[in-house]
Amino acid sequence: MATNQTYYVPEQSKWPIIATVGLGLTLYGVASIMVNGSQGESTAGSWALFWIGALIMAYMLFGWFGNVIRESRAGLYSPQMDRSFRWGMSWFIFSEVMFFAAFFGALFYARVFAVPWLGGEGDRGSSNMLWEGFQATWPLLNNPDPQAYPAPKDIIGPWGLPLINTVLLVTSSFTVTVAHHALKADNRKKLKIWLAATIVLALAFLVLQGEEYVHAYQELDLTLQSGIYGSTFFMLTGFHGAHVMLGTLMLIIMLVRIQKGHFSAEKHFGFEAASWYWHFVDVVWLGLFVFVYVL
Amino acid sequence: MSAVADTHAQAHHHGPASGITRWLFTTNHKDIGTMYLVFSFTMFLLGGTMAMVIRAELFQPGLQIVQPEFFNQMTTMHGLIMVFGAVMPAFVGLANWMLPLMIGAPDMALPRMNNWSFWLLPCAFLILVSTLFMSGGAPNFGWTFYAPLSTTYGPPSTTFFIFAVHIMGISSIMGAINVIATILNLRAPGMTLMKMPLFVWTWLITAFLLIAVMPVLAGVVTMMLMDINFGTSFFDASGGGDPVLFQHVFWFFGHPEVYIMILPAFGAVSHIIPAFSRKRLFGYASMVYAVGAIALLSFIVWAHHMFTVGVPIAGQLFFMYATMLIAVPTGVKVFNWVATMFRGSLTFEAPMLFAVAFVILFTIGGFSGLMLAIAPADFQYHDTYFVVAHFHYVLVPGAIFGIFASAYFWLPKWTGHMYDETLAKTHFWLSFIGMNLAFFPMHFLGLAGMPRRIPDYALQFADFNMVSSIGAFMFGATQLLFLAIVIKCVRGGEKAAAKPWEGAEGLEWTVPSPAPYHTFATPPEVK
Repeated sequence: MATNQTYYVPEQSKWPIIATVGLGLTLYGVASIMVNGSQGESTAGSWALFWIGALIMAYMLFGWFGNVIRESRAGLYSPQMDRSFRWGMSWFIFSEVMFFAAFFGALFYARVFAVPWLGGEGDRGSSNMLWEGFQATWPLLNNPDPQAYPAPKDIIGPWGLPLINTVLLVTSSFTVTVAHHALKADNRKKLKIWLAATIVLALAFLVLQGEEYVHAYQELDLTLQSGIYGSTFFMLTGFHGAHVMLGTLMLIIMLVRIQKGHFSAEKHFGFEAASWYWHFVDVVWLGLFVFVYVL
Repeated sequence: MSAVADTHAQAHHHGPASGITRWLFTTNHKDIGTMYLVFSFTMFLLGGTMAMVIRAELFQPGLQIVQPEFFNQMTTMHGLIMVFGAVMPAFVGLANWMLPLMIGAPDMALPRMNNWSFWLLPCAFLILVSTLFMSGGAPNFGWTFYAPLSTTYGPPSTTFFIFAVHIMGISSIMGAINVIATILNLRAPGMTLMKMPLFVWTWLITAFLLIAVMPVLAGVVTMMLMDINFGTSFFDASGGGDPVLFQHVFWFFGHPEVYIMILPAFGAVSHIIPAFSRKRLFGYASMVYAVGAIALLSFIVWAHHMFTVGVPIAGQLFFMYATMLIAVPTGVKVFNWVATMFRGSLTFEAPMLFAVAFVILFTIGGFSGLMLAIAPADFQYHDTYFVVAHFHYVLVPGAIFGIFASAYFWLPKWTGHMYDETLAKTHFWLSFIGMNLAFFPMHFLGLAGMPRRIPDYALQFADFNMVSSIGAFMFGATQLLFLAIVIKCVRGGEKAAAKPWEGAEGLEWTVPSPAPYHTFATPPEVK
């Protein structure tokens, strides 16, 4: 509830409309790259649209966030504004949770219902009409129609790279918390060391994840096209990887801001938001490790 | 730093900026609310035009005006535009205008993001409408875009449709986050949760639903995108996927979505009926709990849209009973509205006419929903015009009458003028008659077996279809009258008092009409 104070309502801003143009051009560009590409037409113009949009987006992100940072450092934000940002970030993370829930739901549905039914479980026996002799297994190493969807030779076992990656991410969740405590204790040197350590762990995760993808594509024939196992595997790990990239970028920006002397022991919501996001990608990974790799 | 502080200081001293930049750069909740409402009405006319094409084609049996391919594009685009372009933005516009006024806040919690939420919508619909002019035509698979119709057999423009949905989703999620942050953080001192006006309550819950399910919609269209362009097999059984998976994920979004389109109307009607009954709302607390219960139940009923695709019998029973449970909290609300009117000093100005029609006609839509919820009976009704009748009864006299009621109720506050009551009543009666003529015969058509989404039909359906088309033309043309009434009200008319309705209650009536550009710079005290 509001305390009895005057509110801060920002002045007109050019950033939202720039963001709209940027996002619109980027996505229109991506869509026309896909459509023109699939029809064998030239995609040069589409790429141009995409890059113009992406540059506008980058300009907008620097400008808009820069604007907010300047306002914050000018002391314009009351504790109430701070709470608005906190609610905003919390609900944003909740929306991300629901985004991943859709893909986890697809994975569970495929494993528990779709694939067993294709294998003839229950009173449907659809496979005996469509694909005779199809055996339902998970991981699915034999697709109902191998012509359309060639099956992978093997899958990524959990106890190699994925286990190392789990250790890396869980450790990084601890290091970012140590950094946060250092910030609250106003120990800037300790803060920088532990935040830098978090970023190193994050980058190591991304490198190993890249290695895993190369291994999957080049040696195991595990690809997006290799049936429902490959589809769910790459969709879940891919979107998670993209979120790790975004989280890493946030942490790097926080480190740059700390180098510039931003944040105080009391006011540092930018840092906190980045660390919330980091914990979120960590928790999603634990779900992935259990349901995609181990089980 | 000083530059920032200076512009901030100026913000409290001047009104709106002049010219187009006022609308492009604005951070003002009233400006953004107005833009949402104007955009929504534009889309309402565009989607309505498509409905007119559909009804013109169905006026008589046989192919008269358009080709089946184009007819399918019309039904698809009509649905998408009305759901995502007309109804949802109208409620967001009402929220933008009214929430800060109702809770005594100076603006929305995150005003710049608010502007972005709005401007993404014209961008998304520009892309969506542009698909009509692409090779292969616009999406033609129905607004529910079931796979494999939309993946394997969809037109090339499907990819553009997917990105348009993504942009709408981003807009909705940001708008909803803004609403929640505003309600939870910016209420005037003394306004506890159980003192919040019902429109605020219903929007809080609607915003929660939006944040919970719009990402799921993003997920399902992303899976479509991958199936179409990158060879995944989410919805292709030959790769181990399942087209039914699409329906599960889509309706996990889709069912809460239908409540997103009605809950804010529940809230608005809960203000309008007490105002014109000159009585307090009957059962405030039970209204709040009922909305909460409806929202929670909306997450566990989705498969009642899919009884005929082959859901296991245990699933059918679960989803059938869960769906019927929704009738309980909905019934609580209907009885509360009726009890509010009971022995009140009723007058029937335009907002009240729309609100009373809302209660009666929405209930008809609710009852046909109960019929559809019965799994064995649904096998007969599924994909017939009975379903079309059902959801048009909850959306047209439900959501849209709720929006009209709200518009007439708050127009004096927005414009400072009273609207023309005679014209508004004409608008109501023509809409009421037109809408019932258009949609009531569809019940009979559906029960007699006429399938939905077809451009031609068997001869025995001819009479009802002609009646339905006449009603639809009447309803469509009447909406131009609404445009005229609003323009007339904006340009002049009898001066409106701060509280033009004697029975109305709430903080929004304590500020002058029209509401000043900046209101509640210092929060009011709520007793």
